[in-house]
Amino acid sequence: MIHFVLLISRQGKVRLTKWYSPYSQKERTKVIRELGGVILSRGPKLCNFVDWRGFKVVYKRYASLYFCMCIDQDDNELEVLEIIHHFVEILDRYFGSVCELDLIFNFHKAYYILDELLLAGELQETSKKTVARLIAAQDSLVETAKEQQGSISNIIAQATK
Amino acid sequence: MNPFSSGNRLRDMIRAIRACKTAAEERAVVRKECAAIRAAINENDQGYRHRNLAKLMFIHMLGYPTHFGQMECLKLIASAGFPEKRIGYLGLMLLLDERQEVLMLVTNSLKQDLNHSNQYIVGLALCALGNISSAEMARDLAPDVERLLQFRDPNIRKKAALCSIRIIKKVPDLVENFMYPAASLLKEKHHGVLVTGVQLCTGLCKVSSEALEYFRENCTEGLVKTLRDIANSPYSPEYDVAGITDPFLHIRLLMLLRLLGQGDADASDCMTDILAQVASRTESNKNAGNAILYECVQTIMSIEDNGGLRVLAINILGRFLSNRDNNIRYVGLNMLMKAIVVEAKAVQRHRATILECVKDSDASIQKRALELVYLLVNESNVKPFTKELIEYLEVSDQEFKGDITAKICSLVEKFSPEKIWYIDQMLKVLSEAGNFVKDEVWHALIVVISNASDLHGYTVRALYRAFQASTEQESLVRVAVWCIGEYGDMLVNNVGMLDIEEPITVTESDAVDAIEVAIKHHRSDLTTKAMALIALFKLSSRFPACSERIKDIIFQNKQSLLLELQQRSIEFNCILQKYHNIRSALLERMPILDETTLRGRKDGSLPTAVSTSTIIPCDLPNGVAEPAAAPIGDLLDLSLDDVPPPISSCGDILQDLLAIDLSPASALSGTSHPPKAGTDVLLDLLSIGTLVPAETSPSALDISSSGQDNKAPLANSNGLASLPLLIADSPASSAGMMDLLDAFDPITQKLEENGPAYPSIVAYESRSLRMTFNFSKQPGNPRTTFILATFTNLSPNVYNDFLFQAAVPKFLQLHLDPASSSTLPASGDGSITQNLKVNNTQHGKKSLAMRIRIAYKTNNDDILEEGKINNFPRDL
Repeated sequence: MIHFVLLISRQGKVRLTKWYSPYSQKERTKVIRELGGVILSRGPKLCNFVDWRGFKVVYKRYASLYFCMCIDQDDNELEVLEIIHHFVEILDRYFGSVCELDLIFNFHKAYYILDELLLAGELQETSKKTVARLIAAQDSLVETAKEQQGSISNIIAQATK
Repeated sequence: MNPFSSGNRLRDMIRAIRACKTAAEERAVVRKECAAIRAAINENDQGYRHRNLAKLMFIHMLGYPTHFGQMECLKLIASAGFPEKRIGYLGLMLLLDERQEVLMLVTNSLKQDLNHSNQYIVGLALCALGNISSAEMARDLAPDVERLLQFRDPNIRKKAALCSIRIIKKVPDLVENFMYPAASLLKEKHHGVLVTGVQLCTGLCKVSSEALEYFRENCTEGLVKTLRDIANSPYSPEYDVAGITDPFLHIRLLMLLRLLGQGDADASDCMTDILAQVASRTESNKNAGNAILYECVQTIMSIEDNGGLRVLAINILGRFLSNRDNNIRYVGLNMLMKAIVVEAKAVQRHRATILECVKDSDASIQKRALELVYLLVNESNVKPFTKELIEYLEVSDQEFKGDITAKICSLVEKFSPEKIWYIDQMLKVLSEAGNFVKDEVWHALIVVISNASDLHGYTVRALYRAFQASTEQESLVRVAVWCIGEYGDMLVNNVGMLDIEEPITVTESDAVDAIEVAIKHHRSDLTTKAMALIALFKLSSRFPACSERIKDIIFQNKQSLLLELQQRSIEFNCILQKYHNIRSALLERMPILDETTLRGRKDGSLPTAVSTSTIIPCDLPNGVAEPAAAPIGDLLDLSLDDVPPPISSCGDILQDLLAIDLSPASALSGTSHPPKAGTDVLLDLLSIGTLVPAETSPSALDISSSGQDNKAPLANSNGLASLPLLIADSPASSAGMMDLLDAFDPITQKLEENGPAYPSIVAYESRSLRMTFNFSKQPGNPRTTFILATFTNLSPNVYNDFLFQAAVPKFLQLHLDPASSSTLPASGDGSITQNLKVNNTQHGKKSLAMRIRIAYKTNNDDILEEGKINNFPRDL
C-alpha cells in the first residue's frame, strides 16, 4: 500500500501531499522535512529507493520536481516507479506538457487527477485514457454549473435592476 | 462584503505568495489571507466559500495551520452542487485525517452522497471514504459500499472495491460481507475493475484465512487464466507500457497468486506453467518488464517448491545483480534476502557480488547489501567476511560506520569460534570506529574478557598498545582503562605471554600515565573519567610504588566541576589516607562476571534495541569462573528486578554486571532516586569494592560482613528493594558522605535488629490529629504490606465516633481491620490503632498511594478531615 505521495520541488517546497495513512499535522511536517533532506541530497545516478523508518520511499525526479511515494517493505518498488511515471504522463496529457507552474496554480487539478489514479493507497486505474476521460467529464460538470449560476445571477441582476 | 476579501482570486493569492522574497513577507501575506478567510467564514459568505477553501488548501500545503477551515469543508460537502462538493471533499481529505472528531459529522453527508443519482458525486464520496474513513465510519457505511460493488458504471465499481479494502482493514469482521462480491469482480473485463478487484481479494486474503481458503478454492484457475490472457494479449494501445500490456495488472495478479500458492501444493501446481511463461518471456530491457520479473521471482520463491522454476528464478536474480542499473541491483539484493530462506546455497554463490555492493557508493544499496551479508554469515565463513567488513570499515563513510559497526559486532559475537579471535576483532573495531560501538557491545566485551582468564594479560597489553596508538575512540579508551585498572599488574609484568605476542616493556608509571591521559583528555566524558578514576584507585593497590602519584591525581579531581568525580575523589582520597588496612581487600580484582546474566538481560529487556546485535557471547566453558561468580549472580538477579526500567543506556549493563545492588550506591550519593546513567558505573564499581571483601575475606571489616549477613535473608525474601530506602531515610546518611564507611554502622545494626524493616511515617497530620503508619511485611510475600495506623489526638477535646476510611488506586487491594476503639482521648493521652493490609499488584513498579478520610465528633460538632498520602516508602 502507498502510505503517502509527496511532490517536492528542488528547493524543498511542497507542491502536493496526499496521505493515505493517518499522520498528524506535526508528523506530516516532520516527514516532509526529513524526506526532503534525504531525497534532495541524493546524487543523480543512485537508485530511486530510500529505506526510511521501516518503509521504503520510491522517488523520481522529473525536471525540477521530485515525485515521492512511501510504500511498505514488501511492495514492488519498480512498479511504484511505473505508477509515478503513469501519473506524470497523465498530468502531462492533461496540462499539455506539464511544468511545475501548472501544478502550483492548478494544484487542485493535480489532486483531482491523483484521486482518479489512486484510492486508499492502492492503484485505481491503469488506463491513462480512462483517467483523462473521467477528469474531463467532471470538469465539464463544473463548467456547466458555473454557466448556470452565471445565467441565474444575470437573471437576478436584471430582475432587481 | 467584508473589507478584507476584496474578491482576491486564488491565482492572485498564489502569485502574491510566490512574489515574496523572504519568509517573513510570506508569513505576512498568508496572515492577511487567513484573516480575510476567517472573516468570510464568520460572515457565512457562501459565494466565495469554495474559493476560500482552495486558498486554505494552498496555505495548508505551505505548512500553516488551517484547522479553522475544517467546518467549511463540511458545509461545502453538504451543499447541493457538484463543484462545491468536489472542492469540499478535496479539502476534507487534505485538511483532516481519520483521527479528527469533526470527521464524524460528515458521515451523514457521505451516506447521502453514496446514494446520489449523479455517479460522479458517488465517486467523490467513495474517494473520501476510502482515503480517510475511521473505523466507525467504515462500519456505518459498509453496506452502501458493498452495494456499490455492483453499480452499473465500472468506474464506481472500482472505487467501491478499493474503498472496501480500507473498510476491511479498519473493521476485519466485515470480511465475510465482501468475499463474494469481490470474487465476482475477478470475472470482469474492465481493467480498472479487474485490477481493483484483485487488490481487494489480496486485502481480504491478508486479513482472513477463511477468505484465503475461499479464493484459493474458487478463483485460482480463473486468475491463472486471466494472467495468461493478459500475458498473451496482442498490442493494446490503451494499456501498453513499454510493449507490455498492463504491467500493473500483471503485478497485482502475481501478488495475489503468491498468497494463494503459499503453503498449498495444488494451487502452486496450477500456476506453474504461467509463472514459467512470465519468467522466461517477459522482456527485461525496460523498467516495466523488470517490475514484472521481480514480482514473478518473489512469487516463485514463495509458493511451494518446484525445482525447475526455482532455477529460473535464481537465474533472473543473477541477471539482476549483474545489471548496471542501481534500481535493478537494489531489488536484486532485496530478492536475495527473501531467497536466502529457501535457497541459501544459491545465494552464497553471489557472495562476492554482495560484498561488492556493501562498498557501493549508493547508501540504499550499501544498507541492503549489509543486511544481506548479515544473513549470509555462519560459523564457517565468519572469518573471511569479518575481515572484509573490517577492512571496509576503515574506508567507509562516516554515516555508514554506525551501521556497519553494529553488524560486525553482532556477527563477531554470534559466530566467533574462539575467544581470542573475538577479542582481536573487537579491538580492531574499537580502534577503528569505537565511537559508533553501542554501550552494550563493549559491556559484553568486558564480560568476555573477564571470563577469559588465560587471555587477561594478552588483552590488557593489546589494549594498551591500541590506546597508545590513538585515544580518539571513546569506547576503546573505556575498555582499555577498565582492563588496565583490573589487570595492570599483568601489563607490567608481561604475565601470560602468548607466542604470537611481541613483548613490550611497560613500567608501572607508564600504566598510570595512560590512565592519566584518559582522565585528563578533554574529550573524555563523565563515564570515561569515572572509569579512569576507579582504575587509578585500583592501581593504587597494584602499584604501591606509584601510590603517591595516584593520590595526587585523585586529589586533583576534588576540584572537578562534575559532582560525581568530585565526590568520588574525596571518598577515595579518604580511603587512601585513613583506611589503609582495608584498601587492598577493597581493591581486589573483580570477580569473574557472569555471562548468563548478561545474556538473560539481553534477551529479556532489550529485544528491539539489539535486533542487529543480539549478544550471545562465545559459548566457552567458564572455567574457574562458576563458583566464584555464583553468589554475585544471585544478587544480580535480584537487582535486575530492582532496577527501574527507565534507566537509560550508558553504563547500566555494566552496572548490573559489576555488582550492583543499588543500596550502597544510593547511600553514597545520599539520595534514594534511581541512579542516572553514566555516573553509576563508578558507584557500582565502588559498591562491589565493598562487597567483594565481604565474600572473600569476611574478617576484613565488620561493615562489609554484616552487610553480607543481612543481604542473604533480604535476598531470599526478595526484599532487597527495601535497603536503599532504609539507608536513605536513616539519619546516618545525612551525617555526611565523607564518613561513608562509618555511616554504615548504625544502619547495619538497625538491620540486624529489625530484619527487613521500613521506617514509619507520619502519614497525616493536622492541627488536631496525627496519624502514623508502621510497616511490616511477611517474608516471602513482598507484595503484601501490613500497616499499623496509630491516631493521636492533638487537641484538648475528646473525639467520639471516630471513623477512619481509606481508598486506594486500582492496582492496590486494601483490607481494613476494625479500629481498637472509637473514642480518642484528648491531648495525646492515648491513641487508637487500626490494622491495614495492602496488597500491591504492581509491586516493584508502583509505590503505594492512598486517600484517607477521618470523621469524628468533638463538642457535638461533626468534623471531617481528608487527605492524600504519597510519602509511602518506595518499593512497598
